[in-house]
Amino acid sequence: MLMTPEVWEVVWLSLKVTTTAILLGSLIGIPLGACLGLYSFPGKRLVIVLIYTCMGLPPVLVGVIVYLLLSRYGPLGSLGLLFTPEAMMLAQVVLVTPILAGLSLSAVQAKERAYWETAKSLGASPLQLVFTIVKEARKGIWAGVAAAYGRAISEVGAVMLVGGNIEHHTRVMTTAIILETRMGNFTAGLQMGLVLLLISFLFNSFLVIGVLNQLKTGRR
Amino acid sequence: MNKLKLSDLEVAYRGKTVLRVDKAVFEHRKIYGIVGPSGSGKSTLLRAMTLLEQPAAGRMDVFGTVVDLSSLTHAKGLPLQRRIGYVPQKPTMFDSTVFDNVALGLRYRGTDRTAIRSLVTEALELVELGHTAKQRAHTLSGGEAQRIALARVLVYQPDLLFLDEPTANLDPYHIAIFERVLKAIQQTRDITILIVTHNLQQARRLTDECLFIHKGRIVENGSTEAFFTRPKSPELQDFLCGRMIY
Repeated sequence: MLMTPEVWEVVWLSLKVTTTAILLGSLIGIPLGACLGLYSFPGKRLVIVLIYTCMGLPPVLVGVIVYLLLSRYGPLGSLGLLFTPEAMMLAQVVLVTPILAGLSLSAVQAKERAYWETAKSLGASPLQLVFTIVKEARKGIWAGVAAAYGRAISEVGAVMLVGGNIEHHTRVMTTAIILETRMGNFTAGLQMGLVLLLISFLFNSFLVIGVLNQLKTGRR
Repeated sequence: MNKLKLSDLEVAYRGKTVLRVDKAVFEHRKIYGIVGPSGSGKSTLLRAMTLLEQPAAGRMDVFGTVVDLSSLTHAKGLPLQRRIGYVPQKPTMFDSTVFDNVALGLRYRGTDRTAIRSLVTEALELVELGHTAKQRAHTLSGGEAQRIALARVLVYQPDLLFLDEPTANLDPYHIAIFERVLKAIQQTRDITILIVTHNLQQARRLTDECLFIHKGRIVENGSTEAFFTRPKSPELQDFLCGRMIY
C-alpha cells in the first residue's frame, strides 16, 4: 500500500474525528474533573465511582447506545446524524470524556490543598480557582489528554457502528484495517495499522514526557 | 469604624470546640502579636479570619461591614477575601516565574497589564528581591520564597494582613528583612497586621499589642510592653517563664 490520496483521506478523517472529539471531551471532562477534585458536595463519591466505571466503557456498547440515540426513531433521530463523521465524533466524545474527567480529577487531587488555599487566599473567584489549579496540574492533565487520544484514535467498535465505514465519507483507519483484512489484503491492513501505531506512538510519547515532567516537578 | 471586631467565634472539629473567642478588637495601623503554646488555636484563629476555615459560629466586623463567618460561601466571601492578605508558615509557589506568582492576586482582581507591571516591580523592590522577577519560583530558597509570599499579598494592598509564623523557618538575615518590611508598611499604609509567632523576642520588638491564646481561649491581651513586663494571668506568667507544661 502506498500513501495514495484515498489513504490520506482516511488518515485525515481519523485525525479530524478524534481531534474534534478530544477537544469537545476536554471542554466537558477537564472542568468536570477539576471541580470534582476541588469541591465537596453530597453524592460526590457516587459521581467519582460512575466516572471511573465509565473510563472502562466498552466501545461497542457506546456505539450501540449512540446508534439508538441517532437512529431514525431515536430521541436524536431528527438530526440525521447517523452514518456521518459527526456521529463518530459524538461516540468518541462519550468514550473519552470520562477518561479526561477521571485523569483530570487525579491530577488536581495530586496537587496539595496548599495550592487551593493559596489561590483562594489571594482572592481567586470559584472559576479563577478552578483555572489556577487546572493550570498548576497541567502536566498531569496533558497526560490524560494523550491517553484519551490514543484510546479514541485506535477505537473501532463505536465508529464502525455509528459511522458505517462508508468510503469517502466515514471510513477511518481502524475501520479501513478491518475492511482490508476481510478482503484478504493483509499487507494493506498491516501498513494502515503501522500508520495508526505511529500516530498512537507519537501521542503516547507526549504522555510519557508529561508524566516524567510531573514527577520531576514533584521531586523539586 | 477603623476597627476589626471579632465576636462569638467558635471553631469545632468533629463536634469538639477547639477555639472560642467571645470578643476581640483590632485597631487600624497596629501590629498584633498572637502567642501561645502549640495547639492552642492561634493558627485556627487566623485561618478562620482568613476564611480558609469555616467556623461553627462567629461574626467579623471589618471596618463597619459585618459578615457571618459560619454561613459565608466562597463566592459571597470574595469581597472580604480580597481585602485580606495571608502569609502561611510554608508558602506555596505556583509553577511559574516569580513575577507571575506576585502578579496573581492582581490578575484575579482584573488589574490592567501596565499597572500590574509597576505594582509587581514595586512589591519586589519592597522585599528586596527585584532581581528575581524572571526566575522560576520553585528555584527560590526558603527565605526568598517567604519574602515573595509577602510581596504577593502586599502587591494588592490589603486592609488586613495575617501572618502565620512567617519567619519560623528563616535565618536571622531573612527575619531582619521581613520585620523591616512589616514595620515599613505599618508606617506607610492603612493596614492592620496580625502575626502568629512562637518567637517572643520578635513579638516584643515588632508588635504594638499581644494576645495570649491557651486551650482555645484568649486568656490575656494588652499592650506589648505590659504583656511582657506585667503579665496578669498565671498561664501567661508560666508561658513567658518557660514553665508552662502542655
